[in-house]
Amino acid sequence: AAARGCGGAWRRAWQRGAGGPGPSPRGQRAAASSAGGGAVPVGRSGLAPWVPVVGLEIHAQISSNSKLFSGSQVQFAAPPNSLVSFFDASLPGTLPVLNRRCVEAAVMTGLALNCSINKKSLFDRKHYFYADLPAGYQITQQRVPIAVNGSLSYSLCIDNKMSQMVTKTVRIKQIQLEQDSGKSLHDDTRSQTLVDLNRAGVGLMEVVMEPDMCCGEEAAAAVRELQLILQTLGSSRAVMAEGQLRVDANVSVHHPGEPYGVRTEVKNINSIRFLAKAVDYEIQRQIEELENGGTILNETRAFDSKLGCTVPMRDKEGKQDYRFMPEPNLPPLILYDAKSLPANMNDQQVVNIDWIHERLPDLPSVKRAKLVEQYGILPEHSFALLNEDGLTEFFENVVKQTQMKPKKVIGWILNVLLSYLKQHSLTVKESPVSSFMMADLLNLLEKKEISSTAAKQVLAELWKGEGKTPLEIVKEKKLELIQDQKELEQICQAVIDGQENEVITMVLG
Amino acid sequence: QPVAGDVLEHLEQLALVDFRDAEGVERLRRAIQFADQLHEVNTDGVEPMDSVLEDRCLYLREDDVTEGNCVNELLKNAREKVEEYFVAPPGNIPLPKLEERETFRQGS
Repeated sequence: AAARGCGGAWRRAWQRGAGGPGPSPRGQRAAASSAGGGAVPVGRSGLAPWVPVVGLEIHAQISSNSKLFSGSQVQFAAPPNSLVSFFDASLPGTLPVLNRRCVEAAVMTGLALNCSINKKSLFDRKHYFYADLPAGYQITQQRVPIAVNGSLSYSLCIDNKMSQMVTKTVRIKQIQLEQDSGKSLHDDTRSQTLVDLNRAGVGLMEVVMEPDMCCGEEAAAAVRELQLILQTLGSSRAVMAEGQLRVDANVSVHHPGEPYGVRTEVKNINSIRFLAKAVDYEIQRQIEELENGGTILNETRAFDSKLGCTVPMRDKEGKQDYRFMPEPNLPPLILYDAKSLPANMNDQQVVNIDWIHERLPDLPSVKRAKLVEQYGILPEHSFALLNEDGLTEFFENVVKQTQMKPKKVIGWILNVLLSYLKQHSLTVKESPVSSFMMADLLNLLEKKEISSTAAKQVLAELWKGEGKTPLEIVKEKKLELIQDQKELEQICQAVIDGQENEVITMVLG
Repeated sequence: QPVAGDVLEHLEQLALVDFRDAEGVERLRRAIQFADQLHEVNTDGVEPMDSVLEDRCLYLREDDVTEGNCVNELLKNAREKVEEYFVAPPGNIPLPKLEERETFRQGS
């Protein structure tokens, strides 16, 4: 959730010269400061600066047992077509039945993103032909979605040192409920496509972010924060690697004061890291194209992670006409609050916005503020704690079991433990060193029974997971700090005696 | 008013219908003319209706797994299958252009 902002990225490009993040740059590239203080990307020196504009469309798979409009199971990696009902396969005579849990997930997410929840929202059909969309249309919410006009705040570091953070906001245009499509496996050798409908009909929340972002790192930070929020709410597990969070970026550039440029849509972005790369590449590509007298086509491009560039996607048969129409089989979705709650309605048929609002968990931003207040750690520490699954819990457990001040403990957790975990590609849950052992070790350090260096050696031993306690390791390796004054004096004297010449040099100055 | 050629082509691609020949296109023109009578009704101040069911209550289902697990039944409808996957062509097969179609040339 903490990343370097636009200023840093474009300045790096300038310093590296020919080795910038975009395609073969020609001529000098300089970073000019905009009125707002951040660097604005510049093409060839002497030409007008460019303002990149980035918007995002994010599809988050709803975490639910069954699908949006049918009772088949939602599960990643199951035998092909085993989680498919007659409705999902679009067999005639089947009808959609809305899953209450999906509605609640969308309301929770809308509230967490400061949206207005539409008490009446509508379902529509979006028509297009593709083998993994058996009905020939997707049920979505095009006219009146469930939530609108929200905002998401995220943080960036404005320099390389990670010590100065700035908060940015992106407007949320809307959140809509819609169906996921099935999966197509392309078999080019046999010139055919294999279709698995397990995913067809799974509930999605589409979150549309306005084009308030200006570079890859802003986009990445915004998505990371959204991911943390969704995971905290439990409305989506938002694991990008499992396709539970998919991001499409809309990118354009223009000169300050001029209208927005033609935008391209970038798809096939499989991680947050690649999102930043894809957006930055596309910005650079568009700048180069325009400076060389070319034009930008309103097209869809795919990000090629191996080559680090965007390429035009297979032609989608020209401009799509989705022929939106109201979904005739679903009446409007009506939501209630404490005031409008009907007296004589079955509880199970009522979704109460206020009831859901009261039960929202602490969002990441609130959790971070509480950590800073409670433990006296820095804001960037709180970001690092929340960024790693289970790390906050680990830290709090260590603090509970040690006399060492939290401000000191945090260093050991973030700089030492975390780097061990990263080196060995382990999650906090898989750590061979428990919070109990860590606290034990830090207590030895705090009581000055061992030095900081010795503590690191003990940790290295603990990491082997051989079951020894910190104290056992200290005794084994004789790492105890010598406390006896006489013994210390003897050692110092021996050193001085052994280095006569150096001592004389020092004494003489 | 006759329907323009590019509009015909667009409609055929969107809906995968085949107007087939000049007679089919004429039938389309007359169908549009018939439907245009709707414009004679004054609908000022009247909210459009989506469906006759729009005042009904939308039923909310509990999030339980009650369906699925019928791959053999579903695959009975498949002309071609590979293991338990449906088989489709490699991508959408584009319709040939209107002028190129045998049926259109025959009719005109």
